[in-house]
Amino acid sequence: MTTLRAGDLGVLLTSGSFVVALTIWAWGGDRGDTVVIRAAGQVVETASLAQARTFAVAGPLGTTHIEIEPGRARIARDPSPRQLCVKQGWLTQSGQAALCLPNQVSLEIRGRTKAYDTLGY
Amino acid sequence: MTRSVIELPVHADDRRIARLAALAIGLTLAEAALPSPVPGVKPGLANIVILLVLLQYGWRAAAWVSGLRVLAGGLLLGSLFAPGFWLSAAGALVSLSVLALARYLPSRHFGPVSLSVLAAFGHIGGQLALVGIWLLPAAALIKLLPVFATAALVFGTVNGLIVMRMLATSTPEPDMSPDILAGTRKG
Repeated sequence: MTTLRAGDLGVLLTSGSFVVALTIWAWGGDRGDTVVIRAAGQVVETASLAQARTFAVAGPLGTTHIEIEPGRARIARDPSPRQLCVKQGWLTQSGQAALCLPNQVSLEIRGRTKAYDTLGY
Repeated sequence: MTRSVIELPVHADDRRIARLAALAIGLTLAEAALPSPVPGVKPGLANIVILLVLLQYGWRAAAWVSGLRVLAGGLLLGSLFAPGFWLSAAGALVSLSVLALARYLPSRHFGPVSLSVLAAFGHIGGQLALVGIWLLPAAALIKLLPVFATAALVFGTVNGLIVMRMLATSTPEPDMSPDILAGTRKG
């Protein structure tokens, strides 16, 4: 009764690695806090990444639908033929961007530090 | 005129649960006086009592003591039905559910420290889940998760070690009734 048992050490080790993994996940990298949406090179919307919202942005091919959830954002639907920006999925880190080139719409995540001064497409 | 008398028979079990709950409430109050750098980071001293009750008198008794602690603690701290009360209740609920499963871990390999750490994670997990759903957007919580998880690990371990020491030096009270004993895991 007075000593730690094998299972106890197992639980402590598992919990310890869980905490370390959680710390790396939550504090590692620069999780973005702002979303910048551009159409034809012009910024059309700058939104916080804290609240769930959806945007519809018009381009030459049709409407691009952008979905923001707390902590992440994605292109939900886009008329581009190859769907590259939709397939990128959810973006979370500062500096990440999804470009729907045929429709000239882009979605970029910004955080405290900027990964690049500017991006030219 | 007839006088109606309502009799509420009090068993030894009831008295013991009341006594242990009073102990847990006392620790909750003492803890509320401690300053804390982040709201929600607390040693959870009352969990020592809950764990001792679980190991000596079974899960039902532990659930009673825990429920009474949350209710009376809220009453005495003036936070009854305020957000803090619901967070406390959510933490206690998840923690008890975790313990309901964890008590079936073979006691040859898993001692009070395991139960305490798992219960601590259950406690903070339940609270954070409610905070995330109800009070704060989840994105704001992510940055705080490591702080809460570290606190749960440290305080869970310390509380478990305290329980281990206390069980080594104490014996259960002799006035146990069979129904409470049923399903009891002996320390």
